[in-house]
Amino acid sequence: MFLSSADLDAIVLTLKLASVVTVLLILISTPIAWWLARTQSWLKGPVNAIVAMPLVLPPTVLGFYLLIFLGPQGAMGQALSKLGIDPLPFSFNGLVVASMLYSLPFVVQPIQNAFAAIGKLPLEAAATLRSSPWDRFLHVALPLAKPGYVSAAVLGFAHTVGEFGVVLMIGGNIPNETRVISVQIYDHVEALDYSQAHTLSLLMIAFAFVVLACLYSVQKRQKNSAAASSFL
Amino acid sequence: MNTPNKSLQVRLSQQHLKQSTFSLEVDLTLPNRGVTALFGPSGSGKTTLLRCIAGLETQQQGDISLNEVVWQSPTHSLPAHKRPIGYVFQEANLFPHLTSEENLQFAVKRADTEQSVITYEDVVSLLNIAAILPQYPHQLSGGERQRVAMARALLVQPRLLLMDEPLSALDDGLKQEILPYLEQICQRAQIPIIYVSHALDEVIRLADYIVVLEKGRVIEQGEKYTLLGRLGTSFSRHQDASVVVSGTVTQQAAQWGLSWLTLNDQTIAFKQGKEQIGDLVSVRIQSRDVSLSLSKQDDSSILNRLTATIDDMDNDPKDTSMVMVRLLVGDTPILARITALSAHNLALHKGQTVIAQIKSVALLR
Repeated sequence: MFLSSADLDAIVLTLKLASVVTVLLILISTPIAWWLARTQSWLKGPVNAIVAMPLVLPPTVLGFYLLIFLGPQGAMGQALSKLGIDPLPFSFNGLVVASMLYSLPFVVQPIQNAFAAIGKLPLEAAATLRSSPWDRFLHVALPLAKPGYVSAAVLGFAHTVGEFGVVLMIGGNIPNETRVISVQIYDHVEALDYSQAHTLSLLMIAFAFVVLACLYSVQKRQKNSAAASSFL
Repeated sequence: MNTPNKSLQVRLSQQHLKQSTFSLEVDLTLPNRGVTALFGPSGSGKTTLLRCIAGLETQQQGDISLNEVVWQSPTHSLPAHKRPIGYVFQEANLFPHLTSEENLQFAVKRADTEQSVITYEDVVSLLNIAAILPQYPHQLSGGERQRVAMARALLVQPRLLLMDEPLSALDDGLKQEILPYLEQICQRAQIPIIYVSHALDEVIRLADYIVVLEKGRVIEQGEKYTLLGRLGTSFSRHQDASVVVSGTVTQQAAQWGLSWLTLNDQTIAFKQGKEQIGDLVSVRIQSRDVSLSLSKQDDSSILNRLTATIDDMDNDPKDTSMVMVRLLVGDTPILARITALSAHNLALHKGQTVIAQIKSVALLR
């Protein structure tokens, strides 16, 4: 059970992709989650649905439309090429965009729930202490939503590591560019190289278990302390 | 007295919301010093009114200004964080992710630097919270949390302190523990305080000026001493109807544990507290503890027997067996709740001189 250099490349690429996607997603999801957690607008339902759609759609559907939309004939693809940006399909950047869409609900929802759980009381208290809306967000809402951010980062990262369908549709299978672990495993199996497939697959199983076990034990601890502090 | 420009002006008029029949319609000019109590049953709009003053209710139309500085007009409204207020919530509402000390520092960092109500050291000793400063809110008792919350509201150095039933979430024991601290704040703070409560005893102990709300309307208002002594009000018809009488301590008898205050050449005995001769004290006299007789009975166990004149009488329409009698000792009103039958038998009438026997007198502060 040794990892080939191609396997190692796939692992490094996967970790790089998941890290970039997680960081970007946290940044993008924060305003979306804040708005969803606090708005009374009728748009809340539809926006929630759009954010959650990747949960139920086959990844191939996402990948298919992204391929068309971002491709040289697509609206976005043409706009980007006018700006002198290379087409996104079959590139690392394209994978980043696709993965962000695919993992969006896994990042937005924990943050949204954390913001909603804060309620309006701590923010009102801060307002009566001369704290401006931005100050309230930074020094009250964000620290109180920290558990949600931890969940969001872990789930976003893990989910991106585990994707396959979207990658295959829009990324293809280019070493060091789009060949992530799941694609590498697929290749091994296609080549009937089961022992290599085993090595990577077991690694993935171990990774998934460790990450989720850590997440759930942290969440349980936080729930206990949240219960103790629910009447403050 | 307050001049119109040195006061808190609140004029609000809320449109009826579709789903609710509640509306708030008030036009108030409140003193810019001392404690103003907003008193009324739950649902009377007192918390909503307080939140409007704080800027936490944004739907409300109206005018609000403090000492001629406009906080809200029909065209513009200062957001809550730009109003120079301190706010104490029903539940302490401390930030759970910060220790008590960090909660206080949150206020200190954002405090009004032009205004100085109280220093950090003073507030910590006034509320006796030095020992609990390193602790997180969930490690504190309800009373401790409320004390930290009051300290935090003061440390933002407000020009107006708003308190929304700060004792209502506490049980009776804790209430008694917190009340002295509240009294300290009310006496020491050089800023006006608006205190929302539905508890008559808190209002009697703390307030200088009282506003009574019912269904979003102001039904009575006035200085505590005069309002409590008035007949036909929600106070005089309350089962705990009381007046507050203040006077100078002129006599003490340590062996009996009693002090006397002088009121128009007459004295009132009360259980001795920390007061000294010469101090100005206030005592609460409940109307049900006052009985009337036509002659002085020196063989009674009741110590306090005051000569008073009947000023007015009121029949409670809800309880025709009782009559409320308003007495004047000099110009100080005292209420006596007696049976209608006694009033008839004694042929009590306005202008008559009677002896008011007061069974019990409670020292307020």
